[in-house]
Amino acid sequence: MGIGLALITVLGLIFFAYFGTAVVGLNALFAIVFPYAAFIIFVLGFIYRIVKWGKSPVPYRIPTTAGQHYSSLWFKQNKIDNPSTAWGVALRMFFEVFTFRSLFRNTKAELLQGRLYVGSSKWLWLGAIAFHYSFLVIFLRHMRFFTPETPWVIDTIESLDSFLQVHILGSPLLYITNLTILAALLYLLGRRILDPKIKYISLPSDYFPLFLILGIITTGILMRYFFKVDVTAIKELTLGLVYFKPVVPKGIGSLFYIHLFLVSILFAYFPFSKLMHMGGVFLSPTRNLANNNRMERHVNPWEYPVKHRHYEEYEDEFREKMKKAGIPVEKE
Amino acid sequence: MALPRPEELISDVNLKKMPSKPWMDTLPVEFKPGFYCYGAKGKNLAYVDMPNARDFHVTDPDWKLPEDWKNIVIQGIKQRIERFRTFHVFMDICVRCGACADKCHFFIGTGDPKNMPVLRAELLRSVYRKYFTSSGKIFGRNGGARELDLDVLKELWYYFYQCTECRRCSLFCPYGIDTAEITIMARELLNLLGLNTDWISGPVANCYRTGNHLGIEPHTMKSTLEFMCNDIEDITGIRIEPPINKKGAEILFVTPSGDLFADPGIYNCMGYMMLFHEIGLDYTWSTFACEGGNFGFFTSLEMAKRLHSKIYEEAKRLKVKWILGGECGHMWRVWHQYHDTWFGPIDFLEVPVSPITGTKFEHAKSTKIVHISEFTADLIRHGVLKFDKSRNDNLIVTFHDSCNVSRGMGMFEEPRYIIKNVCNHFYDMPDETIREQTFCCGSGSGLNAGEIMEQRMRGGFPRANAVRYVHEKFGVNLVANICAIDRAALPPLMNYWVPGVRVSGVTELVANAMIMKGEKEREMNLRMEPLPGKGGE
Repeated sequence: MGIGLALITVLGLIFFAYFGTAVVGLNALFAIVFPYAAFIIFVLGFIYRIVKWGKSPVPYRIPTTAGQHYSSLWFKQNKIDNPSTAWGVALRMFFEVFTFRSLFRNTKAELLQGRLYVGSSKWLWLGAIAFHYSFLVIFLRHMRFFTPETPWVIDTIESLDSFLQVHILGSPLLYITNLTILAALLYLLGRRILDPKIKYISLPSDYFPLFLILGIITTGILMRYFFKVDVTAIKELTLGLVYFKPVVPKGIGSLFYIHLFLVSILFAYFPFSKLMHMGGVFLSPTRNLANNNRMERHVNPWEYPVKHRHYEEYEDEFREKMKKAGIPVEKE
Repeated sequence: MALPRPEELISDVNLKKMPSKPWMDTLPVEFKPGFYCYGAKGKNLAYVDMPNARDFHVTDPDWKLPEDWKNIVIQGIKQRIERFRTFHVFMDICVRCGACADKCHFFIGTGDPKNMPVLRAELLRSVYRKYFTSSGKIFGRNGGARELDLDVLKELWYYFYQCTECRRCSLFCPYGIDTAEITIMARELLNLLGLNTDWISGPVANCYRTGNHLGIEPHTMKSTLEFMCNDIEDITGIRIEPPINKKGAEILFVTPSGDLFADPGIYNCMGYMMLFHEIGLDYTWSTFACEGGNFGFFTSLEMAKRLHSKIYEEAKRLKVKWILGGECGHMWRVWHQYHDTWFGPIDFLEVPVSPITGTKFEHAKSTKIVHISEFTADLIRHGVLKFDKSRNDNLIVTFHDSCNVSRGMGMFEEPRYIIKNVCNHFYDMPDETIREQTFCCGSGSGLNAGEIMEQRMRGGFPRANAVRYVHEKFGVNLVANICAIDRAALPPLMNYWVPGVRVSGVTELVANAMIMKGEKEREMNLRMEPLPGKGGE
């Protein structure tokens, strides 16, 4: 559902950026106004969403327990998957956020001749890990555009990312992450199209970020390997943004502006979309709470007294029957 | 309604083929017999002051809803978004990666895409988006949003009463989205309009009045226990007098009422009494706090709290030191994850200490409630009990992990330790189907009604399939478990899918193997069948 709509929207955005810069020449709009606006929307929107979630209390402590619990007996506790302390929770969250531990558990169910087969299935995990880490590395590499002197960390990341030492058609060194993120994106998109179940549940808002990021990656790759862009001019622009002395250097082509515009859209879109899972995973009460329910009381701020039946009422109704049966009663 | 033969039932399921119409366009939902429970009766709703109490017939076009029902639901969503971070976050962060899709036993057994946890949640999420998110308001259907109308409401009802709140999906979700939590919220919303099922609201009303779902009155409970004690005497030669409403006992024992009533729960109940007698435990039953299960939990959290308030109150009235809980699934989810928040601090009880072994159950120091499997495992470890394992030699046992105890508590080793100490033949089912990955019996959360049998047999198929595997490979003929719903639901499931496999609680196995002081030579097991090697065949 909605793959066409998502694709057309992204193509429309690309055309909009091309038209706005190459035809109309509103370069300042795309170089300065949109990036600033997007950044502000991102920061405020992100904070707004987190605060809004945070305002909803956690009335009950309901972790999903995924291993042997802690008890006073001798059985060995699974401290990561069923943590009973804050440290355990920290570990569980660490593995959840950095290694996608729950997704790593993934299995696949198949019916064959009336029998069910459940087996391990790591492809989704692999695609997700490849995508997210590639994106992170690419994001960090781009910090060279926002710092006057490139920090050594960024240099190190760059050299690691290009350690294959391969050139394409005499262009700069190939980044591994360019390949992995493309492969991962195509896999994630492909399964949405080819797996009937995933296709059936997909919304336009599932395809849109995929096409948007594909657009960003493609324009980035084109600029680096195929169409030489004026990196010095671009850095002048990006540093201008950082120092609040925005400039629009000459000689930057539309390809860059398309790239920058799509990135701006991604930032502005982020807080209002499913991409907020980045923040939400930290707030998920089935993962970020310790399973120590019988040891430490969890307080619900809005708990209220409820009407319930008291023993006296019960005994009033059944007293005669209880007496006859020889069951002790409070009032004879 | 007769079910098709097992091999036919599942043959129409294709997990790889989806309907040609998008899921939002498949309304109105078809209420297929065998797939839904009957509607609630007005008198049962009225008895516990539920709104819009009237006889509710699912297939009637007119559901007799209050005039402003739509507003009630939308305000209900708003209130729950503001009160539950779970619900709030889970409505927002799903990326529809589909990891949960084939984890649901109901999806595997029906192939109905709306039984995929992600889509079950989207049914409600789409309504949430329409009224509470900017993208839903602006982009409407393209933003995954839809209006709430009567057809949508009926669809919500149909599918949220097709979820057993087993939480298997939440295990696999990369963000821990818990469909059980979403189902709980959805059912709360439906209950604002009086849209409960008969199978849930009846037990709730019973439980409020008599203390238990079955409506067993105090004198009947006493005679039931005494009947069991007669059987125990026939089997062991030992006469047990069950202590009832005994003030000043050390321990209050509470178990689901299913153990008082139906086969094979009653054998487990006999087992409890034999065990307590053998170790000389100073305990008492309560005729009022006589239900550990809680169908209120399948109605609303408030109703769950209303039904369970009696347990600590009875503990206080009877002046016990701590509470011991029997074998039950959702009972333990409620006791473990909700009780202390609802009823704490429990300062009138003491930190549980086993009077037999001296083990202090520090992990229950706040709630003061211990699970019978923890208690029994500790007894066995200390060598308190003597067993003749050969009495269980006719049994080739596997263990079904109950969903709630598994994913809402994490108790996997205790029951296995016990079984291995009282049975010679034990085989686990495949790893992907046990412990935290256990498959539901297909009948939890109030779905164990007769009229929903086809859905139950389909939903229980993944569980039965794994039992069949060990049945064929190792000759397994008994599924042990620690859940009253399992004891009620697994026998028909086994009869249907894996005939020849029976079902029992763990304590039944313990009591059968346990050598009691002063017992006569046993000829029969607790079911009054000849023990292995004691004639018969």
